[in-house]
Amino acid sequence: MFELVAGWGRTAPSTAEVTRPTTPEGVAELVTSAGERGVLARGLGRSYGDPAQNAGGQLIDLTEFAQLLSFDAQQGIVTVQAGMSIETLLSIVVPAGWFIPVTPGTARVTLGGAAAADVHGKNHHRDGSLARHVNSLQLVLADGSISVVTPDSDPELFWGTMGGMGLTGVILAVTLQLIPITTPAMSVDTERAGGLDELVSLLVSAEQRHRYSVAWIDCLASGRRAGRGIVTSGEHAGAAELASARAKETPRYAPRERATAPTWVPPGLLNRGTITAFNEAWFRAARPQHGALHSISSFFHPLDAVAGWNRLYGPRGFLQYQCVVPDETTVRAVLARISGAKVPSFLAVLKRFGPATPGPLSFPRNGWTLAFDIPAATDGLDRVLDQLDELVAESHGSVYLAKDSRMRPELLATFYPQLPAWHALRDRIDPNRTFRSDQSRRLSL
Amino acid sequence: MINSLGAPQSLAVLGGTSEIALAIAEKLAGGRTRRILLAGRDQLSLAGAQTHLLSMGSTLVETYHLDAAATSTHDALVADLFAGGDVDVVLLAFGVLGNQAEAEANPDRAVEVASVNYVGAVSLALRVTNRLKEQGHGTLVVLSSVAGERARASNFIYGSTKAGLDAFAQGLGDTLQGSGVNVIIVRPGFVRTKMTHGLPDAPMATTAEAVADAVVNALRTGRGIVWVPGQLRVVMSGLRHLPRPLFRRLKI
Repeated sequence: MFELVAGWGRTAPSTAEVTRPTTPEGVAELVTSAGERGVLARGLGRSYGDPAQNAGGQLIDLTEFAQLLSFDAQQGIVTVQAGMSIETLLSIVVPAGWFIPVTPGTARVTLGGAAAADVHGKNHHRDGSLARHVNSLQLVLADGSISVVTPDSDPELFWGTMGGMGLTGVILAVTLQLIPITTPAMSVDTERAGGLDELVSLLVSAEQRHRYSVAWIDCLASGRRAGRGIVTSGEHAGAAELASARAKETPRYAPRERATAPTWVPPGLLNRGTITAFNEAWFRAARPQHGALHSISSFFHPLDAVAGWNRLYGPRGFLQYQCVVPDETTVRAVLARISGAKVPSFLAVLKRFGPATPGPLSFPRNGWTLAFDIPAATDGLDRVLDQLDELVAESHGSVYLAKDSRMRPELLATFYPQLPAWHALRDRIDPNRTFRSDQSRRLSL
Repeated sequence: MINSLGAPQSLAVLGGTSEIALAIAEKLAGGRTRRILLAGRDQLSLAGAQTHLLSMGSTLVETYHLDAAATSTHDALVADLFAGGDVDVVLLAFGVLGNQAEAEANPDRAVEVASVNYVGAVSLALRVTNRLKEQGHGTLVVLSSVAGERARASNFIYGSTKAGLDAFAQGLGDTLQGSGVNVIIVRPGFVRTKMTHGLPDAPMATTAEAVADAVVNALRTGRGIVWVPGQLRVVMSGLRHLPRPLFRRLKI
């Protein structure tokens, strides 16, 4: 059936023929019978822009392809079909004392999508991106063959698929090495920083103490308060911490939707004024805490509590700009540009990355990453973001493809210096470009 | 592909020598638009526009022959335009003003105006949107006119063709809801161009530049109907409801 499909930011929708196969053979058949506009797998549609759209072509919706294939509760090794969400996976493995080694800021992504974007989490400085923890992938290739790929069996294909935005094949299953946890609770520190210098030093010290760390920035604050924010860091809580906290009930993994965003909101509800007010209130509301117990959901996936929160941006939608830059000087320059242009963002995040994986299109690499959610209706946004791209390119940084919806195609090779190697892989395994997306058309990926 | 901020990468102009169309193409070429396809009647002016747009930063500008009244040639033209890949935005900008007095005396002249402005536009708009539907995305921008909002005695032949085109484009846009294809209708007032050269300025006259800004903005905002200048929406709404005896006496 032809459906109008958009990304999470709801900005540039396009029409594709959407099918929901439930068997590997069904997927393979769709791939071999793809027409000239190609085929692409789609999960829960959490990419912000157009990476999971395929205008005029085929989209394979894998969200019903979500079975648990195997779970070794002794070794913590799990194999799931690609359409399973992190939320579902956690509800299976957390009660058995295991946790996903890397989770993004939402659990409502599929494992296939997480692999295709090579996602990172609050522990990147220590544990790297998801690719580090994937033992193997099951892939449908352009010729319809189904193969299991590991980092040893075909390194180019494995690393080109982790971060490859679904353009190397359809990921059918993912095998992951989980990490052990003793309780389903998080022990969390919250600290407030009045300016960027303090924020950076708090973040650096937090990441030495804790596995997980991230900072929220008020990017509309200016002058002395520029770069003020909140650092949250934490660990999986041990049994002793839980006992000493005398928790009223035994914690468990129970993600809950506390609210649902209305299906229609007036255009411009989130604007410079409302976001400035929100940021002020958010900053003031943060109480410094040490070792407070939080649930997995509230620590890792707070926005999942509001279903359809992306609709709050109104019909014009929003986008996220996420870049990584090698040094604090560039972080400062990027922030100055954003706050100087009064670009309103209430979800602005700063975090330090550790070393990169060998994936040519994998985004995380040593340095600092900044991410901003911005209403698409913001005046002059195109120019500001183009200028940020230039800044990032000059510093040899990068812009995240999973968030991208407007990058200048000419800069792709600068952001991803190993792009020629990835194109060589595509020439080898998919010379006719069976796998396509709106993003691949826009960027000539 | 058009990006999240409404900037297209490719543009086809039907009526590639129109001043308004070129002003729009120029604005887009300064942004993300690298491929521009110009279809028009006067090959010499098209070549001039091609050189100019290449100097603005476009990497590819191609020219095509367009005969708006010869609808039997339209299939081939549209096939050629889409042969080189997706076209994100198609601008339907051709049209003739005609000489009202002459056309009243010689109905064949009036038929010419109607054939180009209405029949030709219907033929091309449908062929184009069918291709846009196949590629799953795209925007058709239709240059209408306030002259179509209420026909004036001094200009009703031209005005009626624009009235027909405008109504057609509205209906077309409505049927394309949910298809990934958008239709933007642009209703400029009196625009100072070579087409209107020598005519006295009407009230609230505007420029090709202003129309171009409004179109680029509409691509960004997704607005379906654009008046240039914006105040014309209110003015025309008043004029539309004016009783005929009064309207006839207005010197416009």
